Amino acid sequence: MIDTVAFPPALILFAGAFLLPFLGGIARQAVALAAPLLTLWAVWLVPDGNVMTLGFMEYTLTPVEGDRLSRLFATIFTIMAFTGTLFSLGQGSKLELPSAFVYAGGAVGVAFAGDMITMFVFWEIMAVASTAVIWSAGTDGAYKASMRYITMHLFGGVVLMAGIVGLVAQTGSIEFGPMKTDNVATWLILIGFLVNAGAPPFSSWLPDAYPEASWSGTVFLSAFTTKTAVYVLLRGFPGTEILIPIGSYMIFYGIIYALLENDMRRILSYSIINQVGFMVVGIGIGTELTLNGAAAHAFTHIIYKALLLMSAGSVLLMTGGVRRCTDLGGLFKCMPYTALMGIIGALAISSFPFTSGFISKSMIAQGAANQHMFWVWMGLAAASAGVFLHAGIKYPWYVFFQKDSGKRPSEPPLSMKISMGIFAFLCIGLGVYPDPLYAILPYPVDYVPYTTGHVVTMLQLLLFSGLAFFVMLPYMKRTLTITLDFDWFYRKLFRLAAREVVDRTSTAHTGAFEDADKRLSQLIARIFKTHGPHGLLARTWPTGSMVLWAAALLALSLVFYYQ
Amino acid sequence: MDDKHWLERPENITKLWRGGWVLLALLVLAEFTYHPHAYFVIDGWFAFNALFGFLSCVAMVLGAKLLGVYLKRGEDYYDRD
Repeated sequence: MIDTVAFPPALILFAGAFLLPFLGGIARQAVALAAPLLTLWAVWLVPDGNVMTLGFMEYTLTPVEGDRLSRLFATIFTIMAFTGTLFSLGQGSKLELPSAFVYAGGAVGVAFAGDMITMFVFWEIMAVASTAVIWSAGTDGAYKASMRYITMHLFGGVVLMAGIVGLVAQTGSIEFGPMKTDNVATWLILIGFLVNAGAPPFSSWLPDAYPEASWSGTVFLSAFTTKTAVYVLLRGFPGTEILIPIGSYMIFYGIIYALLENDMRRILSYSIINQVGFMVVGIGIGTELTLNGAAAHAFTHIIYKALLLMSAGSVLLMTGGVRRCTDLGGLFKCMPYTALMGIIGALAISSFPFTSGFISKSMIAQGAANQHMFWVWMGLAAASAGVFLHAGIKYPWYVFFQKDSGKRPSEPPLSMKISMGIFAFLCIGLGVYPDPLYAILPYPVDYVPYTTGHVVTMLQLLLFSGLAFFVMLPYMKRTLTITLDFDWFYRKLFRLAAREVVDRTSTAHTGAFEDADKRLSQLIARIFKTHGPHGLLARTWPTGSMVLWAAALLALSLVFYYQ
Repeated sequence: MDDKHWLERPENITKLWRGGWVLLALLVLAEFTYHPHAYFVIDGWFAFNALFGFLSCVAMVLGAKLLGVYLKRGEDYYDRD
């Protein structure tokens, strides 16, 4: 019996990715479902500490280093890979699932990386593989969005690499552990991490790119990039205070932009940033309770966000690509199961009592209260109400209720129903019985989520938020619009600026050429005048003039030398 | 025979609203059943969470509306030149 593994568990997913294109039918499905399960098995056989070392230049890499935090994230990444695979079995694109496997493998690799170089390699593998997942949608919009997406991630990668090089130059160590933001190198590393977390001003890549992926691609995308960013922040920057305002901004940014949005999957994309904001705040507060809360929230978030996007993906697939709230509504009659799954996801993201969000998010708010951080706590409370507003009610209301859109799509295929069922079960299961999750968190848990006071206050906050939704409904009429974001700078301003530069350079260039052309023509004309066929200096000289000149020279010499 | 779904009939929607109001009232009254543990001052006020949840949501909707005045653009904004 094998009791430890001495290789990166990510390799199983990579191997699966390379096998899939050569398989078809049942064999393909079997490998697709077995690879994530095998990886999960390997994840739990990674012992604490260093498992293997590799020499790289003058450094010793530690590609597999296990601890509780690593295993927690690797576990949820592989569970996600399995359920996402089940959901996407009917996907026509042959590129998407292998890309998603490499993507998930990259995330598992980051979770076990013991040194900065290994972490960076897996980090970049994720950037490329996730771009391929977006590509697989095969539309023009997806291609363009993927190019903007990879540009942003390569930029983040360069910043991160610069930070790592700087840190190694200073300390001589490539170990990946807690860092202090007291020099440029660690700041660069923090910025590189935050780009992937969707922190300002680098938030817009997420709602820009994710909704362009296929009905199944978005489900994979929602899980790995931002949550590996949460993981590396947990490992590298616990208790870094700047993360509290950054996370708070993300929380409210997500709510406000989701309220203005019309595309159902973009609403859910904005709410990813909102939820990651809660985790970033928890990391910034940095007590054992809030770090546990951030880790637990990442775990539960992956599940309910995937569930929400699966229900949205089912609607997208079964309606033949309808994505706007203005075109949807009334689907609860023809897709009752999908609607129920969406509602369970929506309740969990709103941290309703007896759902997974309740037992994870409340640890962060409790941590803020324990630290007497009044304004942070107030912000988190308002934001909890806001989550119900922008995702918890808004998403199911506009997609499944609202009005009768006249559309009558049927329920999605069985594999999609089962995968949604698994995640819905986990959403409620972890909410009712959180102990298994609490048992694998990084720190010992001394927190009781279910007290009468907590349940009542949370329900008040949420249900009165619901009241506000229906009272304010006339103010939330959906419009056929997008909302400007920081990407305006590189999609519009820089573009216009670049065009201005090109136009002016081109005008100046043309002008300079015309000028030179004119001068050259003038020069040629002048030379032509003297040297042309009729020019003075170009005439053929008759022999007579030669004799004349010779005679003149002879006469001259006679005058000079006559004595 | 009305073939409308029960959720689509106006009389049922009225009933849902009434049920909702009763539920909200009960939730506020539930505060009498336990001794709240306040970490700050205002979270110990009666019905604080109900009021705060409602008002902060109204503020967020209006705030988003205001921001939308300046930041909303047509869907083809980035496609046209």
